[in-house]
Amino acid sequence: MFDFLEGYDVLGAFWTTVQLTVFSGVGSLVWGILLAGMRVSPVPLMRGFGTAYVNIVRNIPLTIIILFTSLGLADIFGVTMGAEDFKIQGFRLAVLGLIAYTAAFVCEAIRSGINTVPLGQAEAARAIGLSFSQTLRLIVLPQALRSVIGPLANVLIALTKNTTVAAAIGVAEAATLMKTMIENEAQTVAIGAVFALGFVVLTLPTGLLLGWLGKRLAVKR
Amino acid sequence: MTEVAVAKEDVAASDDLVVLKSVNKHFGALHVLQEIDLTIGRGEVVVVIGPSGSGKSTLCRTINRLETIDSGSITIDGKPLPQEGKALARLRADVGMVFQSFNLFAHKTVLENVMLGQLKVRKTDKKKAEEQARALLDRVGVGSQADKYPAQLSGGQQQRVAIARALAMDPKVMLFDEPTSALDPEMINEVLEVMQQLAREGMTMVVVTHEMGFARSAANRVVFMADGRIIEQAAPEQFFSNPRSDRAKDFLSKILHH
Repeated sequence: MFDFLEGYDVLGAFWTTVQLTVFSGVGSLVWGILLAGMRVSPVPLMRGFGTAYVNIVRNIPLTIIILFTSLGLADIFGVTMGAEDFKIQGFRLAVLGLIAYTAAFVCEAIRSGINTVPLGQAEAARAIGLSFSQTLRLIVLPQALRSVIGPLANVLIALTKNTTVAAAIGVAEAATLMKTMIENEAQTVAIGAVFALGFVVLTLPTGLLLGWLGKRLAVKR
Repeated sequence: MTEVAVAKEDVAASDDLVVLKSVNKHFGALHVLQEIDLTIGRGEVVVVIGPSGSGKSTLCRTINRLETIDSGSITIDGKPLPQEGKALARLRADVGMVFQSFNLFAHKTVLENVMLGQLKVRKTDKKKAEEQARALLDRVGVGSQADKYPAQLSGGQQQRVAIARALAMDPKVMLFDEPTSALDPEMINEVLEVMQQLAREGMTMVVVTHEMGFARSAANRVVFMADGRIIEQAAPEQFFSNPRSDRAKDFLSKILHH
């Protein structure tokens, strides 16, 4: 019944999806935290940059961002991301595009988390002589992050599915293989179902695990 | 009585530790601090009382610049309050603050709360910071709670931890912003006792409070504020038995007899 799968490296394609997700996930978490830090910074220039970045990037379709990394950054500006192989270059460009895009959403999730931390926490931190960045790093962000694990799980799930856009620049992940298979095989519905299931298998445990973690790590007040 | 405070400082500077000169502050149209002049001497315990909205909390918060001022000057130990930045952070480390709502770091244990300033601001090594923190927690009577989180403690215990956290920085002056106002009545005394002990040891203290008993027994001076002004200041004996201004008489008659 599943003989249409023969000759295709479905697991390999999903492995690429997982890699895209993990690299982009870690990258966008780091960049998103930095952006959130900028958005609450007392320095107007940084606040302005953070606000502008988020509002521009999150309103551009991901496809355009991913295409720009390849057609713009790589082809026009010659950014090769240190890769000689075209495939590796495509993968790295896709990760870059996904980080740039997802970080805007991570930033906003974290910023809403920062707003849940009572003002008194930052005041007490400043009152014992902590600097702005120490206050943010040691007191505010640790509490903010714990309160937004749920929303961050949403962003991660969206990111997992958004990796399919990397197909637009030829990265051999799950959606690329699905397209190939649909062109070559007759069982289009079955193929679609297999890939849909594959994504659910990836994202469902993510959501459950992070939901549990969010409850466990919640800050008691 | 003042030997602890004196021993800690170079006596070279004058004996005025905190000096406010014609300080003004507005919240929008509200003129919350009007031409405030106040001098607090080394080792002095000043209690600020007055009706709600009189600006006493704001006054307390301006001293470590948690509230900025519009005009006037504030100096601490001879140095004017710096602008936001590293210098201000250094100054705040020398000014202990205790808040009405405790504000213990909710994601850190009691011990970590008290150690944090020494570790991150004073860069003390961990062992020494822990030793000092445990000693302070014992001193305020919550040594056995060191490994719990703030939410597991009663309000009175939390406030005593907050006092220990401020003391851990070896502050020159301690600010108390209504430290007992959020506490259940039976917990107020345990906090006041710690504060009285501090006063006896010669700590310079500015205390905004509604606890007249504390003002009577621990204060060197009572400052009475209303409508953003200092109406009168006097020794507690004199203020409570014989207030000069009508505003203070009115206030005292409302809170002392019923």
